[in-house]
Amino acid sequence: MGIDQNILPATKDEAGIITTRLDDLVRWGRKNSLWPLPFGTACCAIEFMGVVSSKFDISRFGAELVRFSPRQSDMILIAGTINYKLAPVLKRIYDQIAEPKYVISMGACACSGGFYDNYATVQGIDQIIPVDVFIPGCPPRPEAVLDAIIKLQERIDKEPVTSRGRPRRHEVVEKMKDPL
Amino acid sequence: MKNDSARHDALVQNLRDRFASAILDVDRSFGDCAVTVERKVIHDVLAYLRNEHRFNLLLDIAGVDCANLPSFRERFELSYNLYSIPEDLRVRIEIAVPELDMDVPTATDLWKSANWAERETFEMFGFNFVGHPCLKRLLTHHEFVGHPLRKDYPLMGGQWCTATSDMTEELNEPR
Amino acid sequence: MSDKHSSKLEDSTLHGAARAPYSSADFDNDVDPKRDDFDEGLDLPDINTTPMYVNIGPSHPATHGTFRIYARLEGELIEKAGVDVGYLHRGFEKIVEHKQYGQVIPYTDRLNYCSGLSNNVGFCKAVERMLGIEITPRTMMIRLIIMEIQRIMDHMICVGTTIVDVGALTNFWYFYNARDKLNELLEALTGARLTYTYTRIGGLAWDLPPGWKENVKAAIKEVPAAIADVRGLVEKNRIFQDRTRGVGVISAEDAISFGWTGPCLRSTGADLDLRKVRPYYGYEQFDFDIPVGANGDAFDRLMVRIAEMEESLRIIHQAIDRVPDGPINIDDKRIMLPPKEKVHTSMEALINHFKLIIEGVQPPPGRIYDATETPNGELGFYIISDGGSHPYRIKVRPPCFYTMNALKFLIEGGMVADIVAILGGLNVVAGELDR
Repeated sequence: MGIDQNILPATKDEAGIITTRLDDLVRWGRKNSLWPLPFGTACCAIEFMGVVSSKFDISRFGAELVRFSPRQSDMILIAGTINYKLAPVLKRIYDQIAEPKYVISMGACACSGGFYDNYATVQGIDQIIPVDVFIPGCPPRPEAVLDAIIKLQERIDKEPVTSRGRPRRHEVVEKMKDPL
Repeated sequence: MKNDSARHDALVQNLRDRFASAILDVDRSFGDCAVTVERKVIHDVLAYLRNEHRFNLLLDIAGVDCANLPSFRERFELSYNLYSIPEDLRVRIEIAVPELDMDVPTATDLWKSANWAERETFEMFGFNFVGHPCLKRLLTHHEFVGHPLRKDYPLMGGQWCTATSDMTEELNEPR
Repeated sequence: MSDKHSSKLEDSTLHGAARAPYSSADFDNDVDPKRDDFDEGLDLPDINTTPMYVNIGPSHPATHGTFRIYARLEGELIEKAGVDVGYLHRGFEKIVEHKQYGQVIPYTDRLNYCSGLSNNVGFCKAVERMLGIEITPRTMMIRLIIMEIQRIMDHMICVGTTIVDVGALTNFWYFYNARDKLNELLEALTGARLTYTYTRIGGLAWDLPPGWKENVKAAIKEVPAAIADVRGLVEKNRIFQDRTRGVGVISAEDAISFGWTGPCLRSTGADLDLRKVRPYYGYEQFDFDIPVGANGDAFDRLMVRIAEMEESLRIIHQAIDRVPDGPINIDDKRIMLPPKEKVHTSMEALINHFKLIIEGVQPPPGRIYDATETPNGELGFYIISDGGSHPYRIKVRPPCFYTMNALKFLIEGGMVADIVAILGGLNVVAGELDR
């Protein structure tokens, strides 16, 4: 698994039938039990509360158990504006989440700073942490959040189970020693 | 409405009787009453209004950077927004503060709401409130340099913060 | 102030319920573990404790909004605390200096995002006063109705989330379902679910859709049922009373000194409500009371909000049938856009439209402070205009900034679990706190 390899896995023929079925099982487990960590700061957090409520019901997708502890959750859902004061906190919490972890950036402010293009707001959380799914909207409708979770599930379906297509740490360190 | 202008007139007259030449200007536009006073008597004026005229609610302290206005006394201005609950009367007391000497006596001994209001005004403009128990940044992060709401601070001047702050000083602030 | 329009919670007949059986006098007989002489006469070994410094927030399930409390704990008791806010500081006051007055309205939506329309109305009211225009009666009544609907919705979130944090988990859903029904109304009216941006300077964005008033009448039938459900579960509940009675007590003088307004101030006994003191938009023609608490503790703050919801229902019942007909926007071509049909056919209207979009509204130079009674308290806008199309300075007077100022005062000396009950009752909305 090199750094330039894309995240789509090798074909099913190469891998062998038992490991592929096991991979499918793990992927099925991961995508259907995405326990979110709602890092809600602003208005989008209220819309997230609406998604969790019975009318839009995120628990149909397995994401019912909202865990505020980074160790116990799979997915961090950043709902709201992140400003420079909160950026180190977000990075720290993201680092504390155990792999596999997924990031959904909800709302215009988290995706790109929203319409707060000024001295206080980080212009998009992808400047700090890697993001899997962006949800535009101000605030996005709860249906959009559900759509994002479905897209995340589709994405989980396609990625390799170990290391999730991202380079392992020792590979990055090797590459950094010799950039060419 | 509700004979405000008569009561504002009476209040301004009382202030003039008491503080004579320190009352620089009275602005009655839009039905409000804003009295500009000299900086050196500001604490006495506020204490007088609170004690004699029962202005018991300090609603807000607003700082203004007048650098781009067509005419101004000094570069900065500070505006105390007062409300009297028993008498249902509002008044604004404004002072002009030059850029090179931004010391202003604190109002925290009169109203506790001045605590955070002054912290925020200090952070945004740079006023130095003499006697404030804990004059530190409130809304921007502790590694932020500069006063954002000044007119010469760029709108896009974002500054990264690398760590969360140590809050020992706020912890030990007297109640 | 005269008491005739305020009703003390304890002996009010509005809710139809008898006075709650517990009062703070009952605590004098119980042995309260916070008392210093609790251990007297008991033979306990000396436990060697060291103070512990703990961070509560900024990412925490029970703090509504991002802020941080840095506490020094002696066991469970908070000896000292420091409050750190600013984790949602978005530079509202700086960025609106670069926008036109009409473009500021979406920014005001995000101030107290639980009741966005109240902020919109507050801002437009200030600018309209500065321009010296009088909006039409129909607009006034519609703005009043939507502000009262927002008051109900905001209190539902506040009380619902506080009760959840205290431990009663189902109440949130009772309130949230009713809130969703009201939200559907506002979505039909404005097109958005949370950040409505419905008011314009001089009027509203568009008129009421057909059948909206009947839908309002149907939707507000759900609210008393939800309130009754929640009340039945918590008002006389021994656990809830223990958690909130006598917790976070503040006297009226202290509250006024801290700059409190709104339901938090009314829970301490001072009845200050801008809708009664300086009625605007026709509040004086409606019959409603101001619920006032007695003790200023967390229980009173929540009960005052529940009672205010009922008062808002009374206002909406009276107002919804009295919406006058007529235009919703004023007829002033310096302020309102001309109708689209004229823009496409007449040259003057086209030029007018162009100038208004490019330059916007231009109030006369001067300063104004105008306040409205939003669900959280007195939201004020201090606007300085230099005669141009961009405001020179807008200072927002946020109600929860000043309630939060007192948080250090309220939680020191209490226990960690009390923080949650106190914070919830203060209804701290970070968008307004940090702007």
